[in-house]
Amino acid sequence: MFTADLLLNAVVAGVLLGGFYAAAAIGLTIAFGQLDVVNIAHPAFIVSGSFCAYFLNDAYGIDPILVGVLLTPVYFAVGVALYSVYYTSFERHGEESLRGLAFFFGIMFIVEVLLIMSFGVDYRLVDTAYIGESIKLGFIGLPYRLLVPFAVSLAMAGAIYLFLSRTFTGRAILAVSQDRLALRLMGADPVRVKQVAFGLALATTAVAGALLIVIGPVEPSIGRLYIGRVFAIVVLGGMTSISGTIVAALILGVVESLVGTLYGPSWAPAVAFGFLLVTLAVRPAGLFGR
Amino acid sequence: MRGLWFWAVAVLLVVGGTLGTRALDNDFFFYAGYVVLQFVVLATAWNILGGFTGYVNFGSAAFFAVGAYTAIALDKALSLPLPALILAAGAASGLIGLGTGYLTLRLRGIFFAISTLALAVVLETLVINWDYVGGATGSYIIPPDEVFFFDNFVEALFSLMLLLAVAAVAVARWITRSRIGRGLAAIRDDELAAECMGVPTLKLKLISTTISGAMMGIAGAPYPFYVTYVDPASAFNLFYAVNAIAMPMIGGTTSWLGPVIGALLLGSLQQWATVSISSELNLLLVGVMLVAFVILAPQGIVGLARRFLDGRRRL
Repeated sequence: MFTADLLLNAVVAGVLLGGFYAAAAIGLTIAFGQLDVVNIAHPAFIVSGSFCAYFLNDAYGIDPILVGVLLTPVYFAVGVALYSVYYTSFERHGEESLRGLAFFFGIMFIVEVLLIMSFGVDYRLVDTAYIGESIKLGFIGLPYRLLVPFAVSLAMAGAIYLFLSRTFTGRAILAVSQDRLALRLMGADPVRVKQVAFGLALATTAVAGALLIVIGPVEPSIGRLYIGRVFAIVVLGGMTSISGTIVAALILGVVESLVGTLYGPSWAPAVAFGFLLVTLAVRPAGLFGR
Repeated sequence: MRGLWFWAVAVLLVVGGTLGTRALDNDFFFYAGYVVLQFVVLATAWNILGGFTGYVNFGSAAFFAVGAYTAIALDKALSLPLPALILAAGAASGLIGLGTGYLTLRLRGIFFAISTLALAVVLETLVINWDYVGGATGSYIIPPDEVFFFDNFVEALFSLMLLLAVAAVAVARWITRSRIGRGLAAIRDDELAAECMGVPTLKLKLISTTISGAMMGIAGAPYPFYVTYVDPASAFNLFYAVNAIAMPMIGGTTSWLGPVIGALLLGSLQQWATVSISSELNLLLVGVMLVAFVILAPQGIVGLARRFLDGRRRL
């Protein structure tokens, strides 16, 4: 029986889930939307972050989200290195479309196979005090395993927003997405700026990965389920805008949660694809595009 | 003259391979050969869209699986003969290619690529929820005991796949030499310029997606009979998608010969590696080779060979 409290619970769970989707997609908004680097390996890096959190949590009992935050410098360095290879091999020759895509697809596959080789194909989960607990507000349940990622995700999005709008480097990143030549004329090196930006994009996957494994168990190839989601969110959010990404993520979270409640959770992955196709067919500029 | 030469080799290969099943008694050769030939079809199909047109399809596994599952469903419902199943599988996958292309090909190529990735997830979701073909647990197919002319069913499948591979390569070769192929090359090199010159870009892109998708479905149709047990995880395996991209990239994407070379080389290497090393290491090998080739040898083996020959001619 479908009741009002069930509906309300689904919406609340969807909003919380959408908050996490924002963390998963925000790095892609920077890489794909602002830098035009189509990093389809983004979800694979998120899953690798989940397994780092799992490994350190399992071995030393460190809080998974703390692991995610501590790993951001490592992921930042990987991002800088990856962009350098991408730039020298493809972007500099203007060959990013076909070969650049194949490159990131290969990276995605390698990350996935390495995870399978080191952790096996089973689902893994982390253990912390707050997983399993929840707050009750009337008939609405707020599980901490969704509430904590929601809060961390919004905090990260806020920090990135401030970084992009207030600091010199952040503004340079926004500038490089708009006009590369003008940036060079102002005396800044667009390649350096893009390296930093791509590093930042990859650093967010370490945190997003930790949030992912807090929400639920993770297996190495789960990243594929997120490819449709994160790209749908970035496109729907208008490609370049951080706030647009958050709104789009919340919408997708709520719709997915409602579909899951009404038709069963196994249909949820289809929602993102529908979102993506409808957005591309009807409004490729996204919700807030001109 | 060169056309005649191609057809002579093609006929010789099919007849020779079919007669070879009588002469050679080693079943493993046909088991392995079937897989390699299946990849020749997949790589050639991918290249028609990827190499000739410049649009990347990440969902080859989905098109392959649609072919396999069309065959399973029709075999269960009507128990049609295998050639009819292959045609139906080609039609189903071709239609999916056409539909995806129609929705996304008017935008930048990257959106088509992302859509194919998402399409794979959605189609897998559909099949998992479709109980008639076994859902998530998969289903068994019982191949016929006796087949006309051949000693056993695997040899028949090998011979069939040989025919399909030669046909796929012939279609790809025909495309490169036709008006369609020149139009596709124009799209790949500069779509805007092609559009301005009056090339019907959307129509050509849709033709290319449909042919490419149909070929992938055709490659998948005999698969249930080859493995006799199919579940969504194996039919939608990312491995097919990676191979379909890696083989043309390694062989060379601009000619019809590149994917054939890539598929024969990488396919045989994989068959050898799964037997003698571990299968995970084999997967890693494909990924590393793909990345290495796109960085170091962007024109693939055909490009390397061409450069080598040109260099010698100049001396």
